Amino acid sequence: MLSENVYIIGAGEAKYGELWDRSLRDIAVEAGLKAVENAGIRTRDLGAIYMGNSLGGGISMQEHLSALMSDHAGIASEYIPSMRIEASTASGGAAIREGFLAIKSGEYDIVMVGGAEKMTELYGSENIDITSSILDREWEAFEGATPAALAALSSRKYMKDFNVPKEILSKISVNDHMNANLNENAHFRNKITVEQAMKATLIAEPLNLMDCAPLSDGASSIVLASEEYVKKNSIEGVRIVSSAMSQGPFALHSRESVYTVEPTKLAARKALKDANMKNSDISFVEIHDSYNIYGLMALEDLGFAEKGKGKELVEEGIGLNDRLPVNPSGGLKAKGFPFGATGVGQAVEAYLQLKGKANKRQIKDAKRAMIHNMAGSGVASVVHILEVE
Amino acid sequence: MGELSRMWRESPNRYRLLGKKCGNCNRIYFPSRDVCPVCHRESIGKMEDYELSGNGEIYSFTTVHEAPPAFSRQKPYVLALIKLDEGPMVTGQIVDIVKDEVEEGKRVRKVFRKIAEDGKSGIIYYGYKFVLA
Amino acid sequence: MEKSGIVSYGSYIPKYRIKPDEIARIWGEDPENIKSGIYILSKSVPSPDEDVATISVEAARTALKRGGIKGEKIEAMYIGSESHPYAVKPTTTIVSSAIGAKFNMFSADYEFACKAGTAGMQNVLAMVKAGMIKTGMAIGADTSQGAPGDVLEYSASAGGTAMIIGSENVAAEIKSTLSVTSDTPDFWRREGQPYPTHGERFTGEPAYFKHVVSAGKALMERMNTKPEDYDYAVFHQPNGKFPTRAAKLLGFEEKQYNEGLLTPVIGNTYSAAMMVGLSAILDVAKDGDKILAVSFGSGAGSDAFHIEVTSEIENLHKRGAVTVREMLKDTIFLDYGMYAKFKKKLIVGENVE
Repeated sequence: MLSENVYIIGAGEAKYGELWDRSLRDIAVEAGLKAVENAGIRTRDLGAIYMGNSLGGGISMQEHLSALMSDHAGIASEYIPSMRIEASTASGGAAIREGFLAIKSGEYDIVMVGGAEKMTELYGSENIDITSSILDREWEAFEGATPAALAALSSRKYMKDFNVPKEILSKISVNDHMNANLNENAHFRNKITVEQAMKATLIAEPLNLMDCAPLSDGASSIVLASEEYVKKNSIEGVRIVSSAMSQGPFALHSRESVYTVEPTKLAARKALKDANMKNSDISFVEIHDSYNIYGLMALEDLGFAEKGKGKELVEEGIGLNDRLPVNPSGGLKAKGFPFGATGVGQAVEAYLQLKGKANKRQIKDAKRAMIHNMAGSGVASVVHILEVE
Repeated sequence: MGELSRMWRESPNRYRLLGKKCGNCNRIYFPSRDVCPVCHRESIGKMEDYELSGNGEIYSFTTVHEAPPAFSRQKPYVLALIKLDEGPMVTGQIVDIVKDEVEEGKRVRKVFRKIAEDGKSGIIYYGYKFVLA
Repeated sequence: MEKSGIVSYGSYIPKYRIKPDEIARIWGEDPENIKSGIYILSKSVPSPDEDVATISVEAARTALKRGGIKGEKIEAMYIGSESHPYAVKPTTTIVSSAIGAKFNMFSADYEFACKAGTAGMQNVLAMVKAGMIKTGMAIGADTSQGAPGDVLEYSASAGGTAMIIGSENVAAEIKSTLSVTSDTPDFWRREGQPYPTHGERFTGEPAYFKHVVSAGKALMERMNTKPEDYDYAVFHQPNGKFPTRAAKLLGFEEKQYNEGLLTPVIGNTYSAAMMVGLSAILDVAKDGDKILAVSFGSGAGSDAFHIEVTSEIENLHKRGAVTVREMLKDTIFLDYGMYAKFKKKLIVGENVE
């Protein structure tokens, strides 16, 4: 039977950071079991498991993470179908969407959506090589492009065309650190100043270390349930109002614009339309700011500001008590950036906020959240709108 | 090792900036494509080899300080989006420059350079880079 | 008999330079001794992403552009070098692909110290004359090595020249060529050794001068010419002094050899040295000019060429391909630290490269 609505009924997370003593399977299992416990279900109730993971093969030489996690969570004996969902840094968002569609189709009553990434197994420049595999290997990475370099190419053009000073980008990073300071699961909980953010080590000019999200280990998990299941068990979940995904040209050089991510625009437009909402209906947003320029571009492409005018929004304030709080979790810059876990982590934050369980970083009257997970330099975007009734 | 055929396959395209011209709409593409993203079905079988001049101008650029192992000896290096005269945009390095010499809008031309090598005993990968014209 | 010879030509010199002052500073030597002793004022240095293949491609493309010739017309290719990127895998395979030459092609890499490029010219010329091919290309290119602290470090440089040789639209007819060869241990590099070894002063009389002068004399005898019959003379130039002395020994004057003497500013480009000089002469040569060109390869041998410029040279000049002297204007000077990094003289960790 088709399910009209899909709900998040539980969330769990392993702390994001440099988890030297934990393996990929350890953190994936931890987040999964926490989510199951939080949802108040038994693992055997799960109809399926969708696992977002981007670089397990490249970094840990381990593919098929969904099955590995399931086995190590002790539920191999339940013979639950599972699969890994890969869409680069949007793997987590894509996994949520797969779970959402599976419930919506009526096939399952409950599914688990997880995301896990172990980014710190390699060190030095090897990491840059592996993370560059999310670019066009033959025509971008081969030439010496890195994810940071592509973000820098967009930054320079954006800053010039819209006369935006570097401080605006830095303020997005500062905001992330401010919020992460209140998030126990965040990778970097230190507050930073705009001056500090402006003066950090250069990575790819004009971007420096404080403009770039870190390499974090991390795992996040949510449990999704059908309307029927929620009603039958009187669970107050967070409703996934809409889910949208769009994908465009792969390489940055193939796109119409280096600072408009068409997939973000299209996914946001569809998500808002399906939800019958306007941008002003959204209480807060989790954006994919793997590089702060991408955060600024996302605020515009998601419809919260016109193209080139994102700086006005940033200057007005994007803190927890402002009109539009951005990245209450601490965002990719400070909560952390475990590639394939990121999108699920955003859903965990949205769930906590909407349930009023975000402790010190709780946004007042948070009713509706938009979460935005992007692949690489803007290849694809997944947007979800969540609501609590 | 293990990247022999992957690299070999593309080497003529990299060495000569060989792209494709759609026989249906005459648009030029680089890198090579089998299907024109504008003409779709009408272009199948009509995509012809097209050698780009390698002349163009700098659209945007960055000086890369954190580089993968293949480029460590050359860092910091300048990576740019180059708008080629025939239309396509390509990603490539700009070399043989002094600090602050690179600017948006400056003209560049292609050069043939070593891009990377597979360790001390493996194959050397060649391709295009750009210099200020 | 129809003319055969140089149909087009092109050179490439890397943009980077280092001065003897900078090298002498590191090894505690007097740079003035170097400048006056071997007459080297600067030398070219290849960028870390340059090697004999990339230099050859640039030179070949310039030659094709200057000649208005498509790469697919090149039916034979020989590249002479003592610094081929691979010990086994021919540089010609890379260069021919880069210029779009056809699958049906004669090719091989050559090695004869500094005269392998001119040996290639003789080979292509012979094939043209024999009717085996219409057009072929001979390249001399090197990114030569001088051991740190060795006197060669002041001169060993990088560069290349491509000569397109054929029988149609000949711009510089090769009227005659001959070679001399002997077993002379003046300079060598054993298999697997990174740097060459040389016999110091032994590289002069019994090696360079004996071969260059003998070959030059023999060719003039064969052509029944005297030094004054030539507008230009160019010789292998391991430093700025040797070619000047060889020229004088043969009876040439400064105005004849100056145009082709480039080693003082670019250093010794080894397999390319005489060919770059010839290329610079062709950049300014006029219809009817006569050129005597003599290369030298350690080990040892010399190739001598009697060349006569035709009116076709004007068509080459018109196409606006980069000239040797234009390339010399645009340079970036390195300090020894950057030079050592460029030339991979620094030991780096496994994570680098």
